[in-house]
Amino acid sequence: MPKVFIPSLMRKLTQNREMVEIEGSTLREVINNLELQYPGFKARVLFAEETRLAPGLAAAIDGVITEEGLRTRVSPDCEIHFVTQISGG
Amino acid sequence: MAIKTEDYLGISDYKVIGSRPIRHDGVDKVTGRAIYGTDLNLPDMLYAKVLRSPHAHARVLSIDTSKAAALPGVKAVVTGADLVESAEDELADLGEEVVRIKDMCAAVLAHEKVLFQGYPVAAVAASNVHIAEEALDLITVKYEVLPHVLDVREAMKDDAPKVHEDQKTKSLGEQTDKISNISSHFRTELGDIKKGFEEADIIIEREFKTEMVHQGYIEPQNATVHWNADGVINVWCSNQGAFGVRDQLAKILGVPVSKIKVVPLEIGGGFGGKIKTYLEPIAAVLSKKTGHPVKMIMTRTEVLQATGPTSGSWIRVKMGVTKDGKMVAAEGELVYESGAFAGSPVGAGARNMLAPYNIPNATVDGYDVTVNKPSTSAYRAPGTTNAVYALEVVVDELAEALGLDPIEFRLMNSAKEGTRRADGPVNKRIGHVECLEAVKNSEHYRSELKGKNVGRGVASGFWGNGGGVSSASASVNADGTINLVEGSTDIGGTRTSIAMQMAEVLGIKVENIRPQVGDTDSVGYTGVTGGSRTTFATGWAAYKCALDIQEQMCARAAIMWEISEDDIEFDQGVFRSKSDPSKSITFKGLAAKLDSTGGPVMGRATVKPSGAGGAFAIVLVDVKVDVETGKVEILRASIFQDVGKAIYPPYVEGQMQGGVAQGIGWALNEEYVYDEKGRLRNASLLDYRMPTCLDLPMIETHIIEVPNPGHPYGVRGVGEVPIVPPPAAVANAIYRAIGVRINDLPMAPDRVLKALWAKNGGVNGKA
Repeated sequence: MPKVFIPSLMRKLTQNREMVEIEGSTLREVINNLELQYPGFKARVLFAEETRLAPGLAAAIDGVITEEGLRTRVSPDCEIHFVTQISGG
Repeated sequence: MAIKTEDYLGISDYKVIGSRPIRHDGVDKVTGRAIYGTDLNLPDMLYAKVLRSPHAHARVLSIDTSKAAALPGVKAVVTGADLVESAEDELADLGEEVVRIKDMCAAVLAHEKVLFQGYPVAAVAASNVHIAEEALDLITVKYEVLPHVLDVREAMKDDAPKVHEDQKTKSLGEQTDKISNISSHFRTELGDIKKGFEEADIIIEREFKTEMVHQGYIEPQNATVHWNADGVINVWCSNQGAFGVRDQLAKILGVPVSKIKVVPLEIGGGFGGKIKTYLEPIAAVLSKKTGHPVKMIMTRTEVLQATGPTSGSWIRVKMGVTKDGKMVAAEGELVYESGAFAGSPVGAGARNMLAPYNIPNATVDGYDVTVNKPSTSAYRAPGTTNAVYALEVVVDELAEALGLDPIEFRLMNSAKEGTRRADGPVNKRIGHVECLEAVKNSEHYRSELKGKNVGRGVASGFWGNGGGVSSASASVNADGTINLVEGSTDIGGTRTSIAMQMAEVLGIKVENIRPQVGDTDSVGYTGVTGGSRTTFATGWAAYKCALDIQEQMCARAAIMWEISEDDIEFDQGVFRSKSDPSKSITFKGLAAKLDSTGGPVMGRATVKPSGAGGAFAIVLVDVKVDVETGKVEILRASIFQDVGKAIYPPYVEGQMQGGVAQGIGWALNEEYVYDEKGRLRNASLLDYRMPTCLDLPMIETHIIEVPNPGHPYGVRGVGEVPIVPPPAAVANAIYRAIGVRINDLPMAPDRVLKALWAKNGGVNGKA
């Protein structure tokens, strides 16, 4: 199962677990399944209409910031990190 | 130390990439024929100027424009009431970013409050610029002056004046109920920070302060807008992204995107500061009111007072090492001012600052804080120069405490492929070690530095680079040349680096490709030229567009020879039949036969690639300090940078040199200076002191190529990381020259002297 690393300020939602393993073949499925297990997670990481990640947030799949958004396919043994989004100059 | 591209990408021999052709825009630029925004003139054009707030923080009680409107030659006057005011606190998805519409509209012209000196309040369009300026003096604005706050740590206090009366702190999406100038707070954590410091034998903790600094592009903001009678809005401007301008205008003006056409003109520098719209919405409303095209150009004072510089900051860094030199813990607290509206680059600072090192236990807290200064914008490696300055001074102190060579200490702790970064993800292939080795083996590092009060400093830096959306289309002409249209504003010479990637695929000379930057009606959506993404992503679009052309041309060869497409192969600009070696034709030869095989060939591509490889740079500087005046002279400067693959080396070198020059400006001179009333006291280039060629030696460039496996040609962005290491390198050099650590930027003569006096117990050793 994909390993999701929980940002420290969101660990209240996961009973202080730093990493959780969650089913899902896309980033959207992973987040939906996280919401089932840890209610409130989705509201913290998704934009209001649930069409994209929340402003200022990006997802790194196996170390690479994804540009494909919530439809990004994730492998069963991947690592997912939620990190601050960076925009350049 | 160059890594061969073929080791990663299977490319053994480049024909075009890595060469040094004459740049496509070179003749126009050096003969003064290139058209910039201020060069544009249209029939019946009006000129407009903006009235700006004299106060740092005030409520606008009333605006009387009647006398200005009555002045002969004045055609229209607008205030915030003429713009769509978003009553709802709505976020808009602009593709590249999500913005708060309320803030975006309020920043164009004041609605209720002015939030910094220079805040736009009203604008006048007139038959010439002098009448427009005269009319500004006839506008009467009544203000209720409010207490202001300029210092970022003062602004965090509960009793500080509130820039926004409704702003509440968010913690990674969790809304608190507290009204505060702290708009957001986040934290990254890796390992166990407490345990890390317990394992450390040496711990150093320092506080740093940096001031607000401006990008310093030479061309001021400008815009010409014509709101046509049919409702179509034509915009000519100098901006880093035509599509971004279109998106912002659509939201601010409340018109459909398809009704707006933005024509990007040549741009005289941007460095991140020309992404937001400032003048375009005002010119649009004035044009709608008058029916004329309206042209606006900022003065230098307006540029400095009212466009987006980057954040000043307060930073605390604490690091721990074992006695054998292993970094075991790092803690950072980054407090960045965002100016009048939320949105500093503190997140980038937090993610990038520890990237050069393998540190198992790390915590970084970031705070975004509003103050009564101009709203910040992106500036070359946004947020990262501040943070790395603080970190790399502490790293230098630790190396000294351990008695280690600063390069050896960095090599011992360098991040590599597979290292888990402090912000969580594991590194792909990166080139920090290769850069350090190159420094260590360089003539500069090995050379002896002679003289009194001279010193050598070194610092590392990282920038993550970006991907994003890019588009390109191209037409093959009958003579074998190609017209390429791409969507990225050309700031750093990207027309050529993009065209070279197309030429490499098609096996033709880059001189046979004419690249142009398209307007928003003539090319697919393309994100801003920023984030060091253009040669990576738009180059990738050109690469993919070339593959599209190649495929179509193969089909045409098959038609011409009446054979199967499967029997056609293409290599180095020649189409051949695999089964019949007598059948071959060059790209140029086949181009001449397109008309008879089905008509013209056009290629197109849109990409949104992930996999932008991060880039490291290391800067080495030698300085001499005048202990009488405090002036620091840069004797020698070298930069060693992993660029992935240098598509067009002259531009890569130019970016490296430009970034170092700007970083030295941060280090030694540049800062916004405010008085007690919140007025900017140095809003001119005479007083806002950027380095010139007289202040700098020739900056020596060392290109390191560790190809990015996430790009067809191994490209990493190159534009941003060179600005990151210089302030720390200069600080470390000053320390070695005169024995004092200066933890505030800029290290201008007054600060150097104060530090010297503090060390010596007063002026000339007398308290």
